[in-house]
Amino acid sequence: MSNIVDARGLSCPQPVLLTVEKIKQLKAGKLEILVDTESALENVKRAVVDNNWTVDVVNAVDGEYNIQASKA
Amino acid sequence: MSIGRSFILLNSENDMKKNIFATRWGMIAVGLIIGVLASLLQYLGNPPNMGICVACFERDIAGAVGLHRAGVVQYLRPEVIGFVLGSFAAALMFGEFKARGGSAPFARFIMGVFAMIGALVFLGCPWRTVLRIAGGDGNAIVGLAGLIAGIWIGTLFFKAGYNPGRSYKSHGSSGLVFPLIMLGLFVLMLIYPQISGQNKSGVLFYSLKGPGAAHAPIIISIGAGLLIGFLAQRSRFCTMGAFRDLILFRQLHLLLGLIALLAAAFVVNLLVGQFNPGFSGQPVAHTDGLWNFLGMALAGLAFALAGGCPGRQLFLTGEGDSDAAVFVVGMIVGAAFAHNFGLASSPKGIGPNGAIAVIVGLVVCAFLGLTMRKKS
Repeated sequence: MSNIVDARGLSCPQPVLLTVEKIKQLKAGKLEILVDTESALENVKRAVVDNNWTVDVVNAVDGEYNIQASKA
Repeated sequence: MSIGRSFILLNSENDMKKNIFATRWGMIAVGLIIGVLASLLQYLGNPPNMGICVACFERDIAGAVGLHRAGVVQYLRPEVIGFVLGSFAAALMFGEFKARGGSAPFARFIMGVFAMIGALVFLGCPWRTVLRIAGGDGNAIVGLAGLIAGIWIGTLFFKAGYNPGRSYKSHGSSGLVFPLIMLGLFVLMLIYPQISGQNKSGVLFYSLKGPGAAHAPIIISIGAGLLIGFLAQRSRFCTMGAFRDLILFRQLHLLLGLIALLAAAFVVNLLVGQFNPGFSGQPVAHTDGLWNFLGMALAGLAFALAGGCPGRQLFLTGEGDSDAAVFVVGMIVGAAFAHNFGLASSPKGIGPNGAIAVIVGLVVCAFLGLTMRKKS
C-alpha cells in the first residue's frame, strides 16, 4: 500500500538500495522517494532511470526532495 | 513534510545539467584530472606511487601532530586539508552544505580505525592502490583484488539488511567544526613551517627522511587538494563506491571515474618516467601477497560499511557530515595505533602485530555488519 521509500538521512548506498528493492517489489505503478541530500537525489534518479522507470517530478521542500516515479 | 518554500524541479534531464560533474563525462573528467594531478604531485616531490594517498597522508598528519612518533612518516599533508576545504567551498557555493550527523557515530569511528589499520598493512588506500598499479607495482594488483573482495563482503551485509541508521540535521556550527580544524591545521603549518635539517618546528613534527620527507611545495599541494576537493564534491567521486555499485547494482558510473584516474596516472607516469613494472623493490611497498590481500580486504569492508572511501569521507566532511568526520578521526587515531603497536607494514614486510590486527578488524567489522540492521 505505502509506496513510499523514506531514505532521508541514510548514507550510501541505502537510498538506491531501498529504491531498487521497492521497484522490484512493485514491478509497475507509482512510487515516491524521500531523500535529503543532492547526491542521494542524483543517485536515486539514476537508479530509477536504469530500472526503466520514469522520474515524473521532483519537489524540493526545505532542503528535502520528494521524487515521484512511475512505470505504466 | 513541513510547509515551506516549495518548488518543482522539472524533468530529470534538465536538473541533471545543473551539475555537469554528476554526468558520465563529468565523472570521467574528474577521474582524469585527479590521475594527472596525482602523478604530477609525485613528480614535484610527493613519495613514489603516492602522489595522493588519503590513508598515508592522514597517517602523516597523525605523525605531524605527534600522535605517533614514527620519524619517517610525519608531515601535515596540505592535500588532505585541501580536500576538505575544496569540498566545503563547493558545498557552500552550490547550497549543499548541510550540517548533519548521528548515524552510529562510534561504530563509524571504529570502522575508521580498522580501515586505516588494513590500509597500513597493505601500505595504501584505494587511491594509492590504483596509483601503485599505474606506477607498475604488481603487488597492488593483489591489493586491489583484496579491496574488491572486502567490498563484496560488504555488499553481502547490505543485502542481508545492514543499515547504520539515519543521520539528522544538526546545528550549522557542528558541521563547520571539521573544516575549521583543517583550516586551523593549515594556519599552524604556516606559523611553524619546516626548518631545514630539524625534525620539529613549534608543535609540528617534520620527517627528515622517508616518505614523510618527500613532498611537493606547499602551495602546489594545497592548490591541487582544493581543486580535487571541489571537483570530487560536485562529482561524488568514490573509489569504494566504484566497485560497490558495480557489484550491487551493475552500475558503472563511479567505476568510470576510477578507470579514468588509473589511465591518466599511467599515461603521465609513462611520459615523466615514473612507470617501473615489477613486484620486488617497489617503492613504499612489500611483497607479502597474503597480507596485501587481507589488509585491503579489511579496508574495503570498513569503507563499504561506512558508505565511502577515505577520500569520499573527507569530501563529506566538507558538506557538514559529522559522521564522516568521526570516521576520518577514527582513521587518524587508527594510524597512531598502527605505528605505536607495530601494526603498520614497511618495505621489509608486515609489522610484528599486523596480522593479528587485521584478523581482529575483520571480526569486528563482520560483527558490526551482521548486527547493525534496521527493521523498517
